[in-house]
Parts: sequence; C-alpha cells; structure tokens
Amino acid sequence: MTKEQNRIMAKPKVATTSLAGCFGCHMSILDIDERILQLIELIEFDKSPINDIKEFTGECLVGIVEGGCANEENVRVLQDFRKHCKILISLGDCAINGGLPAMRNTIPLKECLDEAYLNGPSVYNPSGQIPNDPEIPLLLDKVYPCHEVVKMDYHLPGCPPSADTIWQTLVALLTDAPLELPYELIKYD
Amino acid sequence: MSENTITFEIDGVEVQGIAGQTIMAAADAVGIYIPRLCAFEGLPPFGSCRICTVKVNGRFQSACTQPIAEGIMVENDTEELLELRRNLVDMLFVEGNHFCMFCEKSGNCELQALAYRFGIAAPKYPYMFPADRNVDATHKDIFIDHNRCVLCARCIRASHDLDGKNVFQFVGRGPQKRIAVNSTAKLVGTDIDVTDQAVAVCPVGAILKKRVGYTIPVGQRKYDHEPIGSDIEANKQ
Repeated sequence: MTKEQNRIMAKPKVATTSLAGCFGCHMSILDIDERILQLIELIEFDKSPINDIKEFTGECLVGIVEGGCANEENVRVLQDFRKHCKILISLGDCAINGGLPAMRNTIPLKECLDEAYLNGPSVYNPSGQIPNDPEIPLLLDKVYPCHEVVKMDYHLPGCPPSADTIWQTLVALLTDAPLELPYELIKYD
Repeated sequence: MSENTITFEIDGVEVQGIAGQTIMAAADAVGIYIPRLCAFEGLPPFGSCRICTVKVNGRFQSACTQPIAEGIMVENDTEELLELRRNLVDMLFVEGNHFCMFCEKSGNCELQALAYRFGIAAPKYPYMFPADRNVDATHKDIFIDHNRCVLCARCIRASHDLDGKNVFQFVGRGPQKRIAVNSTAKLVGTDIDVTDQAVAVCPVGAILKKRVGYTIPVGQRKYDHEPIGSDIEANKQ
C-alpha cells in the first residue's frame, strides 16, 4: 500500500458539488449543525463548495452530487466525480429527476432561449443576441438526472433531503453500518 | 358462522370473508392492506392500475376485482409482488411529469405515498418527460394538470356514479390515452362543481381545487408520518 492510499484509508475523503441545483441541498448538509464537528472527525472534505477546493486532490470515498445535468460543464464535473469517487450519491430531487430545471424538458430548447432572451415580457435586448460566448457552457437539449449520465450508487430524495437523512446516510456509509432510514426521512419534497 | 362465510388464506394466515366480497374488501375488513391506486371505496372496481396484484393459487389477479372463494391461497406481502408493484409505481413516475417538490398534492398524494411505502429512492426507468400534457385552468374553482394524471379513472367513475354527471371520459388509445372533459370549451363548459366527488377522489395532483393549495403545513399532511395503508392495518385482528 502506498503512502497515499494509506492516508486515504486513514481518513476517507468526501467531495461535494452542485450541478444544476440551487445549493439548497448543500444548505441541508450544513443543517447537520454541530454534528459537522463529528463529521470532520470521520472525514476530510476534498473538492467541495464548503471548503472552496476547486479540483480533486486525489481519490475520494464518497462524492455527493446535488443537481442534475443542464449543460456540458455539469456533465464534465459529474464524469470527473465518477472518476475520482468510489461511491457517488445523488443528493436531492434535482440530481434524481432533474427537479425544477427539468420543467424545461417539455419545451424545445430554442423556445426556452427565445422566451428568456427575446420574447419574455420583461426582456430588454435591443441587439437581439442570445448569449453565445465560448466561456458559457452550452445547454443540453434537456436536463438529465445524474443516473442517466453516469452510474450513481445511492439516491437520497428530498427537496432538500433533511439534515438527518444526510447525516444518517453518511454515518452508515463511513462506519460500514447497514442503513435503515425511517419512513419520515424518505420524502420527495 | 353463517353459510355466507368464506374461509381462505392470505400469506398463510387463515381469514374469513363474506361471499361476494373481493379479495381487497375482505383483506381490508381484517386489517390486511393490499396496496392500490385506482381502487376507491364507494366506487365500483376498475382493475386498471394493477398495483393491487396478488397471487391467487399461484396466478396473478387484481385483488380489487377478484372475488374470494373457499380455500384460495392468496399471496400479498411477498418480495415478488413488492417488486412488481414497485415497478408499476416506477413506470407511473417516469411516464408523466411528476414534480413532487412543488406539487400542491405532495404529502397527500397516493402515488407518492405508495412510493414512500415501497421505499423507492429513485425510479429505475428513464424519465420520458412527455411534452403533450397540458393544464386546463379554465374553470373558476378547479383545474386539471394532465402532467400528473395516472389514468386511474376515479374521476370518470365518481362523476358518473356518485355525482350523477358525466364530466370525464377517456379518449385515445395506448400512449395517447388521456382524460378528456365532456365539453368543447374545456372544463369551464362542463357542469362540474367544486364540491363534486370527481374532484375529491383524484389520488394525485391532477384535479385540484383552486386557492387551497399548500394550506396544510409540512408535517401535518396525510402521509407525512404514517405510510399509506396504516389506517387499514390498524384494524388488524
């Protein structure tokens, strides 16, 4: 076992990201309140908006993904997570079924862009340009749930999943204990 | 014991029912819950959703339509049937546009409650996101959101059998099948009233009353704490 692997075994790393989400699920992670101190005993955060680490520093045990894939950057980040994380968790309804962003899935993409940038009642856009800078990730034809892009290992539904749901799941995963979520902790809203 | 009494087995437990009862009604009476979606007490059985599928002497039957008979062996709470019912609920979720996170019916929805009871974290099938479902909000007190309709026909049956009207009907076949109203002018042109049973019986958020959404706070809704079927199971003998 290399030194690097040894270090991972010693304290597993957890990475998190928000794709096409609203950061509500991340707020719910923070809602574990003072238990975050216990969590820090168990794990170390890798790439995550919580610590603002932008790139993976190595292999992670758990990757927590909020939000579905609405654009090409979401897909790239998700694939990067799959590559670096042993276990991937879809956190929240957007990761699981696209959520609110997926409301556009029943409307052709061009119609969505036209409404947002040309025809909307409050739009002021004299040049008539739809944003097209190479810096802006291209939108996908529709919003995809994470498990339709890469293999996801677990799904935690909720909008957002409650802090207790997240806490119990993480503790079970990290301590190798079986997970029996009580009825009240699996909710779709 | 009257001569009308019929003795049979559900999951190896001997139970008794009255001749003419369906398996579902007999099971309800002794506190055994058979999951269901299109069945509704007070409406004639319809047998379309197949959630209540049980095995009778080894053959699949819908519990809401199959009458009890002396000595039959009914399987209900088995891994095989749970898997089948879970798949049906999964299919209903991916076939429509079910956005629980903002649906007014969330917490009181029977489709959602079945998914909770079955422990479904995510459907196993790919989402279809159908684009052909519209919303009819023409009526002043009621609206229909076809995105959430599961074609259980409760509204059709309730309007006809309980309200004495004929507001709803199926049109189309196969994937095109949908609920239509008996008027060219949409819902506003029908004689439906907000107090009609047809409005109250919708198991999902497809037919809703206006201006009463989200009035029950989270935590006090029907399925927030107890799984669907708990009321029936409370009568267990």
